[in-house]
Amino acid sequence: MPSPSPSPWPQFILGMRLFLPVAVSIAAYGLVWGVLAGQAGLSVLEVALMSGLVYAGSSQFVALDLWSPRALPVASIIIATAVINLRMLLMTATLRPLFAGTPRWRATLSMFLVSDEVWAMTMAQSAKGAGSTAFMLGAGALAWLAWTGSTLIGRVLGAVIVDPSTYGLDFAFSAVFLALLFSLWRGRGDLVPWVVGALLAILTAHYVPGQWYVIVGGLGGSLAGALAESWRTRHVA
Amino acid sequence: MSLESWLTILGMALITFAIRAGGFLIAGRLPSTGFVATWLRHIPGAVLASLVAPAVINGGVAEWIASAAAALAYLATRNIFSTIVAGVLAVYLARLWL
Repeated sequence: MPSPSPSPWPQFILGMRLFLPVAVSIAAYGLVWGVLAGQAGLSVLEVALMSGLVYAGSSQFVALDLWSPRALPVASIIIATAVINLRMLLMTATLRPLFAGTPRWRATLSMFLVSDEVWAMTMAQSAKGAGSTAFMLGAGALAWLAWTGSTLIGRVLGAVIVDPSTYGLDFAFSAVFLALLFSLWRGRGDLVPWVVGALLAILTAHYVPGQWYVIVGGLGGSLAGALAESWRTRHVA
Repeated sequence: MSLESWLTILGMALITFAIRAGGFLIAGRLPSTGFVATWLRHIPGAVLASLVAPAVINGGVAEWIASAAAALAYLATRNIFSTIVAGVLAVYLARLWL
């Protein structure tokens, strides 16, 4: 265990510096979200609050997809957000050893800054024996700034676009979800949850009004994946 | 800003922070193997597949071409932004020509 350095700032700055290239790609993604948020009818204040307080890209894309200002499906959006962000439970759990020397309440508050990218970079740095809480906070602070700032800029600039489908921007959602989906591929075990989830979603979308298909497909597909995996291990072992 | 909008955004913020803080606080008691762990691990993929599938199936030829373009772009670059650019550009051009 290295003794704590006298000042956390060098680690904080290092976290920001190493995170910079990732922040650029987050900002590009945030610009698109901001433009689409304007199309969905979110005000500048709503964009600032959602990006600043929720700060979770994929769930915010889903929220926009479900957003309709006239009859806002409050419960569906919150449930969908919970289901999509549930993966973070496993991420912040792995950060426990890194924060062993930090007061519990401060460490818990720091978890607000954990995103997929911040977590991945902090874990990579820790694997090299160089991770620290200040490093994670530096990367996280930059990620938060890049996301909140770029979504606001996108919202303000996007106000000039009248119909997004003219530019194919409506397809941005599908493209983001496809990219995120592919990034999750770990092997053939993923086939069952994906295919079952997709089929359940298609059926539900066809027969049930509203956005329930996300929740039905997400829960049904993941359960099917877990069942298939436990069945396989039982029959192989 | 409407009351529903406040409720939605605050609800999203609270549930997301509860998950982030919750994982950290219950780290020791979270199963790392077994049925529940596998189930948790499969949730994001199943959710994303559920989001994409109806949109792609119910779209037209332009959406099918764009999905293929987005998939290829992701495989080539492993980058979300270039996947968006490829998909949006493909659907724009396909709608222009079809």
